[in-house]
Amino acid sequence: MDLSELIEIAEHERASRRSIRIRCCTALGCQSAGALSLKQRLEEAATEVERQDIEVIGVGCMGLCGNGPLVMVDPDGVLYEHVRAADAPSIVAALDGGEATAPLGDPQHPFFTGQKRIVLEHSGIIDPERIESYIAAGGYQALYHVLHEMTPADVIDVITRSGLRGRGGAGYPTGLKWATVAKSHGNRKFVVCNADEGDPGAFMDRSIIESDPHKVLEGMAIAAYAVGADQGYVYVRAEYPLAIQRLQKAIAQARRLGVLGAQIFDAGFTFRVDIRVGAGAFVCGEETALMASIEGRRGQPRPRPPYPAESGLWGQPTLINNVETYANIAPIIRHGAEWFASIGTETSKGTKVFALTGKIRHTGLIEVPMGATLRQIVEEMGGGVPDGHVKAVQTGGPSGGCIPATLLDTPVDYESVQRVGSIMGSGGMVVMDDATHMVDVAHFYMEFCKDESCGKCIPCRAGTAQMLHMLDVIRAGQATPADLEQLEQLCLMVKETSLCGLGQSAPNPVLSTLKYFRAEYEALLNHNADRATTEP
Amino acid sequence: MAARTFTINDQLVSGREGETILEAARENGIYIPTLCHLDGVTSVGACRMCLVEIEGSRTLRPACVTQVVEGMVVHTDTERLRNYRRIIIELLFAERNHICAVCVANGHCELQNLAIAIGMDHVRFDYAFPVCEVDISHGRFGIDHNRCVLCTRCVRVCDEVEGVHTWDIAGRGADARVITDMRQPWGESTSCTSCGKCLLACPTGAIFRRGATVSEMERDPTKIAFIVAARDQRW
Amino acid sequence: MAVTRSQRPTPESAPHPSGDNRFRLLEAAMKKHQYRPDALIEVLHRAQELFGYLSTDLLLYIAHSLHLPPSRVYGVATFYHFFSMAPKGQHSCVVCLGTACYVRGSAAILAAAERHLGIKAGTTTPDGHISLETARCLGACGIAPTVVVDGTVTGHQTPEQVLIWIERLAQMVE
Ligand SMILES: Cc1cc2nc3c(=O)[nH]c(=O)nc-3n(C[C@H](O)[C@H](O)[C@H](O)COP(=O)(O)O)c2cc1C
Ligand code: SF4
Ligand code: SF4
Ligand code: SF4
Ligand code: FES
Ligand code: FES
Ligand code: FES
Repeated sequence: MDLSELIEIAEHERASRRSIRIRCCTALGCQSAGALSLKQRLEEAATEVERQDIEVIGVGCMGLCGNGPLVMVDPDGVLYEHVRAADAPSIVAALDGGEATAPLGDPQHPFFTGQKRIVLEHSGIIDPERIESYIAAGGYQALYHVLHEMTPADVIDVITRSGLRGRGGAGYPTGLKWATVAKSHGNRKFVVCNADEGDPGAFMDRSIIESDPHKVLEGMAIAAYAVGADQGYVYVRAEYPLAIQRLQKAIAQARRLGVLGAQIFDAGFTFRVDIRVGAGAFVCGEETALMASIEGRRGQPRPRPPYPAESGLWGQPTLINNVETYANIAPIIRHGAEWFASIGTETSKGTKVFALTGKIRHTGLIEVPMGATLRQIVEEMGGGVPDGHVKAVQTGGPSGGCIPATLLDTPVDYESVQRVGSIMGSGGMVVMDDATHMVDVAHFYMEFCKDESCGKCIPCRAGTAQMLHMLDVIRAGQATPADLEQLEQLCLMVKETSLCGLGQSAPNPVLSTLKYFRAEYEALLNHNADRATTEP
Repeated sequence: MAARTFTINDQLVSGREGETILEAARENGIYIPTLCHLDGVTSVGACRMCLVEIEGSRTLRPACVTQVVEGMVVHTDTERLRNYRRIIIELLFAERNHICAVCVANGHCELQNLAIAIGMDHVRFDYAFPVCEVDISHGRFGIDHNRCVLCTRCVRVCDEVEGVHTWDIAGRGADARVITDMRQPWGESTSCTSCGKCLLACPTGAIFRRGATVSEMERDPTKIAFIVAARDQRW
Repeated sequence: MAVTRSQRPTPESAPHPSGDNRFRLLEAAMKKHQYRPDALIEVLHRAQELFGYLSTDLLLYIAHSLHLPPSRVYGVATFYHFFSMAPKGQHSCVVCLGTACYVRGSAAILAAAERHLGIKAGTTTPDGHISLETARCLGACGIAPTVVVDGTVTGHQTPEQVLIWIERLAQMVE
């Protein structure tokens, strides 16, 4: 495989395209709403009218998953929502002036126009199950360029200057991490893609893999070249069968074309990728637990240092990045560090993908420049709460916090979100309305953390159980003001003493709701309850 | 090995390169409480009793797995650490059913000793009162899960020193339990060599000698380190 | 260490690989991974696919094949919630309790299903017909609340709708 062959595939793919393309979303959200039978009906309807200029293609997520199945017709850019299989003939007939029975969507809605798509640039446009479709969109050219025209140090320099930070939650500078792995010595090095996506209420990474799997693979290959690795693993959670299936297909296709495997682009570079499927443990998103899981062990974290960059999988230097982080790599190589650094804010460059869910009119996936305010995202793009008011926005999942409506003008970047007591997290954004009781929300997350605690360290294992119990007592109206104070004490203790990020952040939902919605806790207190302490 | 000079609690101490803060502190006669650490087996940094403050570090660090660095300034006995250690011990007492008055290890228990050293006179949390099993199927030893603190010292000693890996942990979080083989009665374990090292390693009365009565069971966990040292010299 | 391990006798209860095609397939999966101990989780996935759940005998068989101590295999199998140590019902209904579904009322859905089936989440009806389970997010939060009926994800669910699903499952006889 060389560049001319790559370009040939791209040109052939573009030339065989028909002028009218009916794009039907076949990602999980729309599949669950019947997109597969719809796509089949569309194909049949197109054949029936005997027109050679129409093609129906399955594409990845278009973003507005809550209104699926979605169908988009090019080149006119007509969007249909909630499409039923029975609507298919009328959609084809509408091309000849008929009237479609499916509701029309508005592609000019801020939900779409407010976005800046880098990670999701191909999402909903290309066919994720065909590598040619990705290559036609310029895919794998960045990898070719890197292998033939850049040294590993050049690549790391570009990523560093782009200002890209990890999208898995903590926001660690990606270039710095790559440089550390590149510098570390080992018999072998590994590159791992964290697709565990444990935050319940977030689906960015699933959607990226289902919609554009090659982009992630290309990013991993570039990373492997930069740090000197020859083996990669994608750790995907078992709850994502469709993502796993598309990724398997993508890896097989890439191998067949020679863009993965031995001697990629005849540049003396070898890189293989294998999938490792998780088995239902949130903590396996934590990097040391994830590595233990890949090694076939209980997914329990271990103290750091040593960091994976120095001693990771099987004791070898290992690079771990999130799916979205890798998905940013090829665009950065293609357009340059300066281009990327010009998007976003001073400290947070580029864009961020969010899964907008909860009590909100338009649910789905959006990608916005860093620094967009919560108000823009929730009210303008998401259309606000259907009937009622925004009470709070939860970001960062079980490790994050609830940001009250009064702070909706907070720009979304790593530092600002942290300043208001939450975290950026991986991109889950759950909108809550007046009907949501914040003590219940805190309880919900604490129950999650207790269930997911690996049990290794005492503060998290016993502390989450105890905090959950205290929240139960509060909700039962049997807690005293002293109990509430003790809960706060325990929160601080668990935060500061736990071994890994799960325990260290488990108290965050309680602390942030206490900070902004303390009255809701206090209203539940019983000032006369007599709760004696116990002797050992 | 190169020497490292640093301070613990305003006292100038010296340690060796690659040594942990815990080792250096002990060599210099400074006490840091520990529970999951056991000389002779790998440290896992799990119980968090040995957490110390290091100036310039945002987070508390476990002394048992943190290596000494030239010039570091360590505090092992601050108000905050004392408070947190007390809470850890209270959480342990509330998590399972520890009735010291009837325990074989009464008076020889590391958990009890820590509680006393820290001055924990009562538990401020509600007890969980979980249902825990007692397994006395083994001819010589028994395991009482009511008293287990999940330190994994038994797991590590059986794997790393005896080399048979009879023990492991099943389940996770608060439901985690130490198990023998396929979670079968210890007496039916086909891998256990009845060497008794887990009994030596256990800090509480969870693993006990059959026939021992209240307060009777004295053990010397430092024997594990002797065994390891003796073995290492043989090679 | 290796000596003590290989001396461990094969327990009589361990199922014999011959005679059951599923063991051949499991064997093939282990072979593909060259019986490497680090393939344990992959192998457990395959075993659960083939057998529906992980019995103690099956785990012992895997432990022997991969040269792993039984307690380690058991410890891994019970750490991950995806692995089941008991047989599941013929049909399944999984209610998502992730945040997006929770905020949109999944607790009421689960409660209705529990009431209707007369069982708690995480258990199977006494006749072994339907298992009621919960999940922490299926990644279909855009169409929350979601329920998975016999492997098919359905969105925008209500308690009423889910009871209809359950009735349909109840009427399916093998
Ligand atoms: C409890 C816990 C869960 C985590 N879950 C995830 C996850 O699902 N996906 C992810 O990418 N990172 C997760 N992380 C963060 C990872 O440990 C790691 O920082 C990240 O994958 C690094 O990639 P990045 O630098 O590209 O962000 C989690 C961390 C913790 C402590
Ligand atoms: S903080 Fe929780 S999840 Fe992390 S190591 Fe400790 S017990 Fe395990
Ligand atoms: S007696 Fe020895 S072999 Fe048996 S479980 Fe204890 S440490 Fe392991
Ligand atoms: S049985 Fe003893 S040594 Fe083993 S984990 Fe429990 S307390 Fe620790
Ligand atoms: S899944 Fe179809 S739009 Fe997101
Ligand atoms: S002794 Fe250091 S964490 Fe337990
Ligand atoms: S929260 Fe239910 S599918 Fe994500």
